[in-house]
Amino acid sequence: MKTLFSDLYKKANTGFWPIVIAFVFMIVGTVTLFQNPRSLGSFLVLMTTPVILYFMKMPMKIKVFIGLLIVVIILPVIGIKNIFILEVIFQMAVFAALALGLNIVIGMAGLLDLGYVAFYAVGAYAWAIFGSKQMSLLYSIPGAAPANAEFFLDARWFWLFLFLGIGLAALTGILLGLPVLRVKGDYLAIVTLGFGEVIRVLALNLDKPINLTNGPQGITPIQRPPLPPEGVLMFFRSFLEPLVGHEVSDAEFYNVMFYFLALIIIAIVIVVATRLEDSRIGRAWTAIREDETAAIAMGIPLVKMKLAAFAAGASFAGAMGALYAANRTFVSPETFSFQVSIGVLTMVILGGLGSIPGVIFGASAVTLLNIQILQNLSLYLSDLRQSDAVIPIINFAWKDLSNQLDPAKYQKLVFGIILILMMIFRPSGLIPAERRQRELGEEKE
Amino acid sequence: MKQIAANPVYKFFLFPIGQILLFALGASVVLSLATVLLAYLFKFNVTDFDLVERTMLLLPQVIINGLTIGFVYSTIALGYTMVYGVLEFINFSHSEIFMVGGIVGIQLMAYFEHIGVLATMNEYLVITLAILLALVVSGALAVTVERVAYKPLRGAPKLVPLISAIGMSFFLQDIVRLILSLTTGEFNVILPKFGTFDEFWKIAIPGMEEPLRIQTKSVLIVGVAMLMLVILNFLVNGTKVGKAIRAVAQDRPSASLMGINVNQIISITFLIGGALGGAAGVLFALKATKLDPFSGFFPGLKAFTSAVLGGIGNLTGALLGGLVLGLLESFSASYLGIFTNGAFGAEYKDIFAFAVLIIVLIFRPSGLLGQTVGQKV
Repeated sequence: MKTLFSDLYKKANTGFWPIVIAFVFMIVGTVTLFQNPRSLGSFLVLMTTPVILYFMKMPMKIKVFIGLLIVVIILPVIGIKNIFILEVIFQMAVFAALALGLNIVIGMAGLLDLGYVAFYAVGAYAWAIFGSKQMSLLYSIPGAAPANAEFFLDARWFWLFLFLGIGLAALTGILLGLPVLRVKGDYLAIVTLGFGEVIRVLALNLDKPINLTNGPQGITPIQRPPLPPEGVLMFFRSFLEPLVGHEVSDAEFYNVMFYFLALIIIAIVIVVATRLEDSRIGRAWTAIREDETAAIAMGIPLVKMKLAAFAAGASFAGAMGALYAANRTFVSPETFSFQVSIGVLTMVILGGLGSIPGVIFGASAVTLLNIQILQNLSLYLSDLRQSDAVIPIINFAWKDLSNQLDPAKYQKLVFGIILILMMIFRPSGLIPAERRQRELGEEKE
Repeated sequence: MKQIAANPVYKFFLFPIGQILLFALGASVVLSLATVLLAYLFKFNVTDFDLVERTMLLLPQVIINGLTIGFVYSTIALGYTMVYGVLEFINFSHSEIFMVGGIVGIQLMAYFEHIGVLATMNEYLVITLAILLALVVSGALAVTVERVAYKPLRGAPKLVPLISAIGMSFFLQDIVRLILSLTTGEFNVILPKFGTFDEFWKIAIPGMEEPLRIQTKSVLIVGVAMLMLVILNFLVNGTKVGKAIRAVAQDRPSASLMGINVNQIISITFLIGGALGGAAGVLFALKATKLDPFSGFFPGLKAFTSAVLGGIGNLTGALLGGLVLGLLESFSASYLGIFTNGAFGAEYKDIFAFAVLIIVLIFRPSGLLGQTVGQKV
């Protein structure tokens, strides 16, 4: 059976077959999703196409062409047709960027950072505080805001804050790193974990003595950057509206814009990460990861290089945080819990430490699992509960299933299982980086 | 003199008890002096009342609270530090093992209440049974966790078991939540009311208007924790198994060559650490009166901080670290608000613990009692 499959795969992986398969998956996914925008299966078929592109042999140009076609044209159009899918792909993009940033810290430099969400929070709160009415409410009690408060900055300042978020998060990374990076690896994990909690507690409690973060209620409304001028929008409307069959509202344009912003950030992260990997700094990181003592002996400035890794990883999280705050128009301390840090870690581990395609795959898979598959499972179970169905052999009626069994609420369980199983059976991840594969002693494929 | 030192009663009981009391007293005195000094410094900040007088007035109560929670931290910290000593890895899921112990203890009491015997039973018997059950369940759980999630990873790079441990911690949190909500419908467990633990002993102190109030619970927690610490000390320093544990911690390959079954000793270490954690969970539950599957996280983090503070891998250090951290937390919770005139309150006590951790790591990376170990190539 196994040889049958591998033979089939080998046959399919020659000549023009891969191209045909990729096109079939793309077209089937697109068409079915277009007719039935709520279908999870069609969405999964469409999202399989990039995986096919990555694994099967075909000319680079065609890979890039199909990839761009899906990411730049098909997904946004389907997203406008069904706003929920746009939300899913936006989240996938946000987490992919976060995971890529964390990958620099853990995968390349080998520093386990369990408080990565702190940098994300710094970026988000930077724009949240200045891009909302919060600056004029500094001396009022949370919840008792005067009605006539004004926005502190114009919405256009967002673009500056996107870069400021990068700078601020990098600065926070350096400030945290300076005292901490001299300690050994396991301590670093705990200190960063503590730091993540510190940032959350600060966000929770800095509503006094001056009301900086508005405490547990969070800050809202936060401004969004202005849409492109009306002329550009009209141009897009003219061919989008007949395609999706309804009027395209500003809200939908906003979502598409944020999606593309996230894509641009991801593209920048990928370029920076790949360039860094083969650079002097990247090689120094690898050396530190493999053996600190040997690295020092070879003249690598240890603390400086570790700080660079921390700052580089943090900066992307900062940019993503500012983007997230503007997209949601709302931030609250709960968004930045420890669970998010571990979630991002799970994505990196699942995909493969140090492997860029792996990390993107991991982020997409875990996000999909979280907000689509688990949700659908919950819906399915609640449907079963309504029905009269009975499990035949053990004679268990679905009606008696407890309401508490709600898969969507058990993300931590899923994260935990993924982390343990990956560590035991495939520590280098599903799509391992070449160097890691050698290091962790797995047989080569 | 030599004879006294060799006498097991002195060596294994009186000496450790004396050491514990000395640590508790020393840490309290040092911190109290520092606080009073700070009170003089901050005097200008507060005009409504005399800050120094208020500080002195609160002091005994704060110390008692701090010692109570400090002993709980010490007991948990021993689990971290033992595993670290043997395996050189942070057992991240220890906080969940602690939580399971607490929840199992409360569930036992709730069961007694359910069948209607709680009110008639001897209260100390109930506590003892709860602690014993927690010891067994948590110890067994710790060994199982080690077998499933850590043992296959021996010899892998250091990050690998750590990540597995984090995964285990998340897994345990949600699996306990799942089990609790499937069986009882909600995942908060509340300590049933029984016995006289909430009552206060009032001790009049000459020269003070208010008598000192000590809850029976606090005395019980400190007493049980001390008992367990002494037993642990005997186990590690006075028995053959303890000798084997120390040997494995010092040099695993050599210990193995000497005929010690290393895997078995590692399992026993997890068993002891987990059992201690479970018992500490019951003590913590007595104090907190309410637990949920996530309430192990913060005490666990602080216990780990205590272990680092005292010098990780060092049993005496974990004890001292726990006491210091408990006291620090209690002091910051009580005085931060008063000293800053209400600008910062007790909600910053968690931050305080981490600040301490970072400062210790900067100036004394090997902890208060740890030895500096040279870099091995």
